Amino acid sequence: MVVSAALAMSESAQVAGLAIQSSDVLDSPRHFALVRVTHWIHTLSFFALVVSGIGILLAHPRFYWGETGGVGTPSLFDLPLPFLVTNPPYVGPSSWGRSLHFLSAWICILNGLPYAIFGLLSQHFRKNLLPMGSQLSGRSISRVVSNHLRMKRPSEEESQTYNVLQRLAYLTVVFLFFPLMIWTGLAMSPSVTSVFPILVTALHGQQSARTIHFFIANFLVLFLLVHVAMVCLAGFTKRVRAMITGQSAARKEPT
Amino acid sequence: MSQMLSRRKLITTGLATAAGVSGLGAAAILAKRYGLVPPDHGGIFGVGETMTYAAQRILMARHSLAREFNRSQISKVAPINGNPPQNEIYQRLLAGGFQDWRLTVDGLVARPTSFSLAELKRFPQRTQITHQACEEGWSFIAEWIGVQLSTVLNFVGVRPEAKYVAYFSIDEAWWDSLDMPDALHPQTFLAYGMNGQELPIGHGAPVRMRVARQLGFKSVKHLRQITVTDTLKNVGDGLGSAGPAIGYSWYGGI
Repeated sequence: MVVSAALAMSESAQVAGLAIQSSDVLDSPRHFALVRVTHWIHTLSFFALVVSGIGILLAHPRFYWGETGGVGTPSLFDLPLPFLVTNPPYVGPSSWGRSLHFLSAWICILNGLPYAIFGLLSQHFRKNLLPMGSQLSGRSISRVVSNHLRMKRPSEEESQTYNVLQRLAYLTVVFLFFPLMIWTGLAMSPSVTSVFPILVTALHGQQSARTIHFFIANFLVLFLLVHVAMVCLAGFTKRVRAMITGQSAARKEPT
Repeated sequence: MSQMLSRRKLITTGLATAAGVSGLGAAAILAKRYGLVPPDHGGIFGVGETMTYAAQRILMARHSLAREFNRSQISKVAPINGNPPQNEIYQRLLAGGFQDWRLTVDGLVARPTSFSLAELKRFPQRTQITHQACEEGWSFIAEWIGVQLSTVLNFVGVRPEAKYVAYFSIDEAWWDSLDMPDALHPQTFLAYGMNGQELPIGHGAPVRMRVARQLGFKSVKHLRQITVTDTLKNVGDGLGSAGPAIGYSWYGGI
């Protein structure tokens, strides 16, 4: 899901690696071309997934745990939303919603694959997303947290690389939430689970899968909001330009 | 230097695009030949439908079985969606205890036949306790009692050129179809009983289709006719079921 949306977060973002001299860093693109392209394709597919997901949800805004659940059975929780189907002619937003959801899920997967392969092969994940040893000391974590709380902007040097909070957020989204969304999505498919029943039994049932899918979708939307808020705080134009043209934000500034 | 780079980029991008387009073209031809294109493949959403259907037909074992459950897992509440057919035909059949009901099986078969309920019940009876999920999001587990569709199809003798089995409700608005792998699947039933009883009216009396590996909307209620065909182009509006016209996909394996 938010695979590559993750990449733009940015008070800081850098790709070229830490060992490089800062003058090289300023001349090299802030984000790899493949990361930039997949980021924006992903942005579109993620919006489509959220909108269509809400469309599907509105057919039955109620959640259950276990295998089954429906009107007349106890629910886990009810959202304060109307049931937008279902008396004749049985048409609601879940109709186009499901078609759009699957189309955008395919785009999301086909876009995420090259991103993931590239991230592994180019060491992008290891160098830029995995927290560095020095970032994991208590002192350095507390400094980053307190900087965030005081809304202190990072220095130019600091913003050349992702800080530890960004790295952990991106890692969670890319390697935990995204795979879980695929898993819980597939676990709702009667056809897929006929071949791989463990996908659904491991989650305690089809309705549990649906509920988990909903929760993670909420986390992803929350991530997106924080991500966009951070981009705005860090300088919307500069950061968005860096994610479109690859131009280092620092280059255009007078030295 | 940057000009050279951009020219190189342009050439690579151009080649990659050309390769991509011809790859897609070849994929489309192969997909068509091997029956991987659903009848509702048109339009932008059709791209997604085709990818899902093709991927599942390639990756999923043809006769993989939907999960079956214990008797103790049968849902106490089985929600009902929609009303029984409001037309006069159904009311008359209902009043007569479905004595006059017939299921016509025709199309590309050696012996077109019309079955009464009693005749259907003479075929070997099967049961399954399976999960049925509505596309809306709710679901229930029930025991279904009936005859495998494959048993009936074998009885009437399906011709080798058959590609789809279309089925029609007494409610004129509803019809659907399956490809042969799903039509001949061991869990695809003509169900006349549910949870040890006759099939209730709300669940499709006297006989409904039951397709265990697809969403609930494929399990059309109140059947009257089954037609074996090699093309769905001339059936209804040619999209494979009543669903696509109102936005629901033909393939419900999800």
